[in-house]
Amino acid sequence: MESTMTAVHHEEHPSGLARWLTTTNHKDIGTLYLWFSFAMFLFAGSLAMLIRAELFQPGLQLLSPAVFNQLTALHGLIMIFGAIMPAFVGFANWQVPLMIGAPDMAFPRLNNWSFWLLPAAATLLIASFFAPGGAMAAGWTMYPPLFIQGGISYDMTILAIHILGLSSIMGAINIVTTILNLRAPGMKLMMMPLFVWTWLITAYLLVAVMPVLASVITMLLTDRHFGTHFFSAAGGGDPVMFQHIFWFFGHPEVYIMILPAFGIISTIIPTFARKKLFGYTSMVYAVASIALLSFIVWAHHMFTTGMPVAGQLFFMYSTMLIAIPTGVKVFNWVATLWRGSISFETPMLFALAVVCLFTIGGFSGLVLALVPVDIQLQDTYYVVAHFHYVLFSGAAMSIMGGVYYWLPKWTGHMYDETLGKWHFWLTAVAFNVTFFPMHFLGLAGMPRRIPDYALQFADFNRIASVGAFVLGLAQLLFLYVVVKCIRGGFAAGERPWDGADTLEWTLTSPPPYHSFTTPPNLSK
Amino acid sequence: MAEHVSTYYVPPPSRWPVVGSVALLILASGFILLLDKMPVGPYVMALGAAILVYMILGWFGNVVRENQAGLLEGQVDASFRWGMVWFIFSEVMFFAGFFGALFYARNIAVPWLAEAQLLWPGYNGQWPTSGPGITEAFTPMGAWGIPAINTLILLSSGATVTWAHWGMKRGSRSQIKLGLILTIVLGLVFLALQAHEYAEAAFTIKTGIYGATFYMLTGFHGLHVTLGAIMLTVITGRVFAGHFTPEHHFGFEAVSWYWHFVDVVWLLLFIFVYWL
Repeated sequence: MESTMTAVHHEEHPSGLARWLTTTNHKDIGTLYLWFSFAMFLFAGSLAMLIRAELFQPGLQLLSPAVFNQLTALHGLIMIFGAIMPAFVGFANWQVPLMIGAPDMAFPRLNNWSFWLLPAAATLLIASFFAPGGAMAAGWTMYPPLFIQGGISYDMTILAIHILGLSSIMGAINIVTTILNLRAPGMKLMMMPLFVWTWLITAYLLVAVMPVLASVITMLLTDRHFGTHFFSAAGGGDPVMFQHIFWFFGHPEVYIMILPAFGIISTIIPTFARKKLFGYTSMVYAVASIALLSFIVWAHHMFTTGMPVAGQLFFMYSTMLIAIPTGVKVFNWVATLWRGSISFETPMLFALAVVCLFTIGGFSGLVLALVPVDIQLQDTYYVVAHFHYVLFSGAAMSIMGGVYYWLPKWTGHMYDETLGKWHFWLTAVAFNVTFFPMHFLGLAGMPRRIPDYALQFADFNRIASVGAFVLGLAQLLFLYVVVKCIRGGFAAGERPWDGADTLEWTLTSPPPYHSFTTPPNLSK
Repeated sequence: MAEHVSTYYVPPPSRWPVVGSVALLILASGFILLLDKMPVGPYVMALGAAILVYMILGWFGNVVRENQAGLLEGQVDASFRWGMVWFIFSEVMFFAGFFGALFYARNIAVPWLAEAQLLWPGYNGQWPTSGPGITEAFTPMGAWGIPAINTLILLSSGATVTWAHWGMKRGSRSQIKLGLILTIVLGLVFLALQAHEYAEAAFTIKTGIYGATFYMLTGFHGLHVTLGAIMLTVITGRVFAGHFTPEHHFGFEAVSWYWHFVDVVWLLLFIFVYWL
């Protein structure tokens, strides 16, 4: 009885802005996360457009070198912390309670706080462009001693990252608790949809490494203002120590941005191949071993900054080990497609593109794992190409695929399939036009993070810039398709995808404000 | 999974989280202004801190009222337990960052500096060190004076809080009260001795890598003891107000978990920062 009464009570909520400021509803908060991340995606994307405009031809055209450095630093920082991570948390908010049959997230108010800390941090980061001396310009990795020497915007960056970290840790604790404690009766761990599994492991990684990032940027802050010598050799410290601690956070962070993408792909492919996911158990173990390995590979980011040969060998081999669980995943996706009854709706197109393109990014990662090769390629455009294949065609395109896949559930309307396909093809082609030539640029020796370059790099840079502008404009089409879908369209019904078998498709589209007041009983 | 799944309490819309975000934004902005030597900084910080305290009182007040109304039992209680475990794990990793810096500096960075005789000829890299570029002599902190006493004090406070917990389970209110008050007093004595140690120390946070790791590790630990003491005080207040039952007292348990965690961190500090 009581549950029905609370349910009725919560159907009432304030309207207008107050609804979004005070909401404790996982769907509202998920929507906030997704829109925030999309806004940051467009903002950080427009920084990238400026970068590509400057690099369109050799010589300094539009920007001063100082501003160029600010753009590369903030583009990376905002894409990672403002766009990709919040987008995945948005998916977790919408989907995890629906997929495990829970009434909401475990800590609904904390959930609201995790979101509303993001605009606070974004305010600091964006305001830092207007600070004396401009925004932080030491790269998203914030290496000292350069970072120690900057002005007030560097402090703004540190505090913004502290707030973002707080948000991530609280969000991750919420997700872990929801998954461990709020599953519908009878849903054993090995019955959870793979998206839920990937988020459980991602949340574990977040709780494990975001505090380490907080500790190391605190050391940066005290080195800057309180006279500590963590990163100064004169006081017995070491700038390389920053890199070790940072990448102890930074490498698991890479998997924080890709594991939920794996979860989305593992949801989409079985649906449109109309087959069960091949090798569910091996998928779970593969994700878990990728997560564990991520703690012992960090120094492959710093082969050129000083390390004994034994250390280089250890980190080279441990890095190459990651190819095994990743290979298991790609194999399972392909095996799921094998003899499936496949149809090619927009989400499936994105998922297939991710499998192909992420694999290219994985292979170039394997190339970079080789110490002798990495010493040549460190800090070249080859690295830029590699991590954009992983983070754009891995993470960001999975997010887009996931949005198309669940939009009918979220809005109750079908999106415009023709425009969705246009968005996909423009994105996929323009992405490759932008980033594939960067492999060649890197192999030819073009360093990253420079506003001007030698003449022999001009052709490929011009191609990359044209691709980038198309890629940027294509995302406005994405915005249009999403808005159009929210405003109307064919009714989606409960289950528009006939291959989908997770719990969210048993609810109406859009689901009731308070989903699963009575949990579905799955025990047989 | 608990049985009363359908009664999982989802709180109504709340203004506290967004108040907290505004507070943190103001607090952070004030801190940035202070760091960059702008006189308005401390006032902005004070405003942010005041709003933050207002938020904490309001939010926790809400939770306590819901708890007294019996809304937070069963599965919600289990959520709080999971949440606290993972929160403490995040704190462990925060300290791990600083311990990592200590181990790296001691075992890798400093020996390398001593080997590279080209840069600083004659530097021997003997720990504790303020590094080759800081030549003023300093006396490192010994382990067997105040730190050893403080170890005993904190370990005793771990025992008293457990004794209070036994009282809680037996339903003996006087034992709970006495145990908690003893724990708080021991925590405050620890903090006073720590402050005395800082005041008497023959080196500062600027004394190279030794000073930096010493003050950052012990300083953050001291901050956690302070926070723990405040939390214990709140719990004591709730005990005096008649809250908690022998079966249902997770607020108390969460704080005692936190207190034990702070204890364990101190043991590691005693071994690696003071002793070895």
